[in-house]
Amino acid sequence: MSNAAIAPAIAVPRTGGWQKFGWFAFVFLIGSQALAIAISPPDRDMGDLQKIMYVHVPSAWMTMLAPLALLFFSLRYLWRRHEEDDLLAAAAGEVAVAFSGLTLVLGMLWARPTWGVWWTWDARLTSTLVLFLILAGFLSVRALIDDREQRAQWSAAVGILGAINVPIVYMSVRWWRTIHQIQSSPATVDPAYVIGLRLNAFAFLFVMIYFIRRRYEAALIERAAEHVAERAALGGSA
Amino acid sequence: MTVRREWRRARAIAWKDLTAERRSKAGFNGVVTLAVTILVMFGFALGPDAQALRDAAAGAVWLAALFAGVLAFNRSYQLELDGGALEQLVLYPGSRRTIFAGKLLANFAFVGLMLAIVVLVGIVLFQVQVPAQWPALVGNLFLGMVGLVTLGTFYAAIASRSRAREVLLPLLLFPMLVPVLLAAMEATKALLGGNVMGDAGAWTRLLIVFDVIFLVATFLAFESVIEV
Amino acid sequence: MGSGGAVHAIDAIDVARRFGSTWVLRGVSLRVEPGEVVGLLGANGSGKSTLLRILSTLLRPHAGTVRVFGRDVAEAPQDVRSLVGFLAHSPGLYDDLTARENLVFAAAMLDRDTSEVDEALERVGLLAASERQVRGLSAGMQRRLALARMILVRPRLLLLDEPFSNLDTDGIALMNALITEWTTAGAAAVVVLHELAPAANVLDRTTTIVDGRIADTTHAEAAALALVAGGR
Repeated sequence: MSNAAIAPAIAVPRTGGWQKFGWFAFVFLIGSQALAIAISPPDRDMGDLQKIMYVHVPSAWMTMLAPLALLFFSLRYLWRRHEEDDLLAAAAGEVAVAFSGLTLVLGMLWARPTWGVWWTWDARLTSTLVLFLILAGFLSVRALIDDREQRAQWSAAVGILGAINVPIVYMSVRWWRTIHQIQSSPATVDPAYVIGLRLNAFAFLFVMIYFIRRRYEAALIERAAEHVAERAALGGSA
Repeated sequence: MTVRREWRRARAIAWKDLTAERRSKAGFNGVVTLAVTILVMFGFALGPDAQALRDAAAGAVWLAALFAGVLAFNRSYQLELDGGALEQLVLYPGSRRTIFAGKLLANFAFVGLMLAIVVLVGIVLFQVQVPAQWPALVGNLFLGMVGLVTLGTFYAAIASRSRAREVLLPLLLFPMLVPVLLAAMEATKALLGGNVMGDAGAWTRLLIVFDVIFLVATFLAFESVIEV
Repeated sequence: MGSGGAVHAIDAIDVARRFGSTWVLRGVSLRVEPGEVVGLLGANGSGKSTLLRILSTLLRPHAGTVRVFGRDVAEAPQDVRSLVGFLAHSPGLYDDLTARENLVFAAAMLDRDTSEVDEALERVGLLAASERQVRGLSAGMQRRLALARMILVRPRLLLLDEPFSNLDTDGIALMNALITEWTTAGAAAVVVLHELAPAANVLDRTTTIVDGRIADTTHAEAAALALVAGGR
C-alpha cells in the first residue's frame, strides 16, 4: 500500500534563512520607527500625536496587501489542490485580520484626541472595519468546518470573493462619504513625513511577510504531524 | 444543444424550488410576515416623527428585506438537505453552475416578491411620498435585489451545510453586501427625495457594475462549494 | 455474466478513506465485471456505505484509485456520474412534491423525455399513487419511487444501499427483476446488504468488509448456506 498516495509527505521547513530574515525585519522596523520619530517635526495641529501615523499608515497599507496574498494562495489552491496553498491562504488571512485590527485601534486612538470621538465613519476607517468583518467571516468558515478538504475548498472560495470585494468596498464607502460630505480626513501628506512613511512601509512589509511565513510554518508542522499519525493509524492495525 | 439542456435543468430546479416552497406551510408567508414585523420594529426605533421616518425609509426597507432574506436563502438549501436530496442533485449530469442558476432564479422570484411587499408596506408605514420617477425606483429595487440574492444564494450553499448556520450566513453575507446595499440604499434615498442632486444615476450605474462582478464571481466559484 | 471486453465495470485498488482522523476504509480492492451482481456485507460502521459513496463519486478516496468503466472517479467524476445509478438509504426525494413531479424533475435533470415518466411509474406500480405528495407515501412506496428514478437514469453501474429494506414481497420481486434486467444488458451492480435472503437469486458473489478491509469473497450459494447454517 503506497503511503505516498495517502498524503504527499510535507517537507517540514528549514527555518534558518527565514530566521535571519525575521531578525532583519525587526531591526529594520525599530530603526525605521526611531528614524521617523527623530527626523519628523511635530505637526501644526496634532503635535506629537502625528507620530502614530508611522504605525497606523503602514499598518493600513498592509491591511490592503494581505488580502492580495490571500487571493493569490486561494486561487492557487483551487488550481493545484496542494495543501500548502491552503495553509498559506489561512496564514495570510490571519495576518490580515491582525493588521486590520491594528489599523482600526490606532485609527481610533488618533481620532479621540483629534476630533473628540472614538469613531467618525471616516471613509478609510469604515472600509477597514468592513474588511475586518469580511476576514472574520473567512476565519469563521475555517473554524466551523472540520473536514480538511471541504474546509480548504470552501475557505478558498470565500477568501477569493472577500479579497475581490476589498477594492469595491473602499470605492463604495468613499463615494458614500463624498456625497454626504461631512468630515474629510487629512489627505495630503507633508513632504517632511514622506521619508519616514516610506521607510516604515517597507519595514511593515518585511514584518508582514515574516509573520505569514512563521504562521505558515507552524501550520505546516501541525499538518505534517497529522499526516504521520494518519499513516500510522492506517498501516498499524491488522 | 447543451445550452438548451442546461436551460431545461435550470428551469426545472427553479420550478422545483418554487413549487416546494409554495406547498410548504411555513415558507413565503412566514418570511414576508417577518420582514413586515422587522419594518414595524424599525418604525418604533426611528419614529414617530414623520420626517425622521421618511429619511430612514430607504434604509429600513432594505434592512428588513436583508434580515428576512437570510431566512429565504438558507431555506433554499434546507429543501435539499432534509431528505438527502442534495446527493441525488449533485449526481445528475450537467454543469454545477446550472444548479446555481436554478436556485438563483427561484430566489429572485421569492425575494423579489417579498421585497415588493415590503416596499409597499414601507411606503405606508414610513409615510413616503411616491416620487414621479417611480419606474427608476423600481429599477433600482430590482438591481439591488439581484445583488442581494446573488451573494445570499452563494453563501447559503456554505452556511446551510455547516454548524451554526443561522450565525454564519449573516456573518459572511452582510459585510460582503456593503457595496450593493450602499448603492441600493443611496439610489433609493435619492429617488425618494426627488433626485435633487442627480446622484441616483451614478449609484445605479455602480449597482449594475457590482451586480455583474458578483454574478460572474459567484458563478465561477459555485463549483467549489456545492461539492463535498 | 462477464463480458469479453477488457474494461472492468469497477476496478478499485487499495481504496482508503478517513473521516477526521479515523480511517473507515483501510485499503479495499474490488473488481467487478459488467453483468456481475456483487453483494457487499459487513457490520454497521464497517465501511460498506462509504465504499459505495466513493464508487458513486460522492466522496473522494484519500488513497488508492477507482475506475468505473475505465473512468477515474477522482479525475473525471462527471463522466462517472453519467454511468452510475445510486440508490441511497434515504430516498432523496422532495417531500412536498408529488411522486410524478419528483420524476418529472428527474427527467429534466437527466435530459429524458417526459413520456418516460409514466412508463417508469407504471413499471414500479405507482401510477395510481402518482399524484400523491411524497410526504404521504409509505417508506416502501418511496423506495419504489426511487427505483422509478433509477429507471430514468439508465445506469451502467448500479450502487444500491440496502435496497430491500421497507419493501414487501412484490417490491422485492420488482427490485430483483430490474436488477436482472439491467445486468443482463451489461450493467454491473454492487448491493450493500444486511441479509442475503432477498437478493439470494440475483447475486453472483458476495464480499464482506470487516473494519475497513475486505475479509473474504465467496460465491453466493456458499455464503447463503453459511448464513443459514449459522442461524440454526
